[in-house]
Amino acid sequence: MNMISLSALDLSIAALLVLVLAILGLKLQLGVSRQLIIAAIRTTVQLLLVGYILKFLFDNVHLGYMAAISVIMLLFAGREVMSRQTNPYKGLWGFGMGTVSMFLSTFIVTLVALTVIINNDPWYTPQYAIPLLGMMLGNTMTGIALGLERLTQAAREQRQKIEARLMLGHSGQQAITNIRRESMRYGMIPIINSMAAAGLVSLPGMMTGQILAGSPPLEAVKYQILIMFLIAAGTGFGTVIAVVLGSRRLFDERERLRLDRLRK
Amino acid sequence: MTSLRVEDVGNNWLPAKVSLEVAAGECVVISGPSGVGKSLLLRAIADLDEHQGKVRLDDALYTDMPATEWRKKVGLLTADSAWWGEHVAEHMHEIPVEQLVELGFTKDVMKWSVDRLSTGEKQRLAILRVLANQPSILLLDEPTANLDPDSVEKVENLLLNYCRNKPAGLIWVSHDIVQVERIADRRYHFDENGLSEVKA
Repeated sequence: MNMISLSALDLSIAALLVLVLAILGLKLQLGVSRQLIIAAIRTTVQLLLVGYILKFLFDNVHLGYMAAISVIMLLFAGREVMSRQTNPYKGLWGFGMGTVSMFLSTFIVTLVALTVIINNDPWYTPQYAIPLLGMMLGNTMTGIALGLERLTQAAREQRQKIEARLMLGHSGQQAITNIRRESMRYGMIPIINSMAAAGLVSLPGMMTGQILAGSPPLEAVKYQILIMFLIAAGTGFGTVIAVVLGSRRLFDERERLRLDRLRK
Repeated sequence: MTSLRVEDVGNNWLPAKVSLEVAAGECVVISGPSGVGKSLLLRAIADLDEHQGKVRLDDALYTDMPATEWRKKVGLLTADSAWWGEHVAEHMHEIPVEQLVELGFTKDVMKWSVDRLSTGEKQRLAILRVLANQPSILLLDEPTANLDPDSVEKVENLLLNYCRNKPAGLIWVSHDIVQVERIADRRYHFDENGLSEVKA
């Protein structure tokens, strides 16, 4: 591996660029300079922290540690899904729906990838398992958040159309079928777009990272293809599950539209 | 021959508990100040909103059947209709040719885009849409409010004929005093104190 290690000075030069941008933002009164600096500091602190955690996990390979870190990542992702909703579901549902869908899709897909495709010994080798799960969660999270947002917002906007169908004796799921389909599509579009544009418009981040770190380009490409497929499957299944759960929660046992189950 | 019995129906939005009865072939009119909850009462009877109290079709309690079946038997028509599909045909299973002609349409209307319909046309088609379910009870929330006088007469005739011939019970919310005189078999007044029957 002909990897060039970065020094603190190297990073400082890059940080200087962000600082210049922040000063420019001040001059132009963009009102984002403060956020920009805070975000830059958060990136540094959070990533360093993760670096130390990864180092610990790489040095102490144990299924228990891996399970714990996976659950923590999942819970953070679940919270993120909820916080991206304009009107999340009330109560535990808001957090639970996204988290359960993510758990079902990402954990199953990641397990298949680790045990069948990559097949390392042990299969939970952190060097593979953590980045894989991280990428799966990150993308699935986006898909689920988009799908649920579309579902709940469309249900609020199209309340009269939905209820018109209920009045004619349609079931809740019949009445929301168009919206449900559209929401699932919404959640899947980003990954479809990024698969279609991969390599032409942008070099995917993971592949770029591997190449920077010295991997042969074709090896990096194969991993990137694998990741893309896994992400597509994880995001797709996760979005379908979340939208199905979400659309069921919008109706009660008497097939009434229950927008009061969403937060205002 | 199915009659509707409403007993002590109430919820957070209704001003008082409501009881009333409608027999098959009977047209009952409810009037009263706007904003008091007439529409909400009809929504509760159609089981679209949560409510307390009992609503029965003959001896069958509303919870004895799935909500979908209940709403096919107890049809609700709101003052402005909503259309979810692109064309009229998507909203009706069969084409009620006779009724279409009666309300001044031709069969072609089924191919029309919903966007092209005027408010009045939408309202008349919404009536045919709900009648297609052959409901035993019709809850009508100011069904002729947006119609021109000629259409009002046609719609009244159509609905009253349906009421007598099926026979079906009608609960008709109306503000129009002259209309009430024309259509009502019995009349109720609905205000903050609740529902009370108006004796002729």
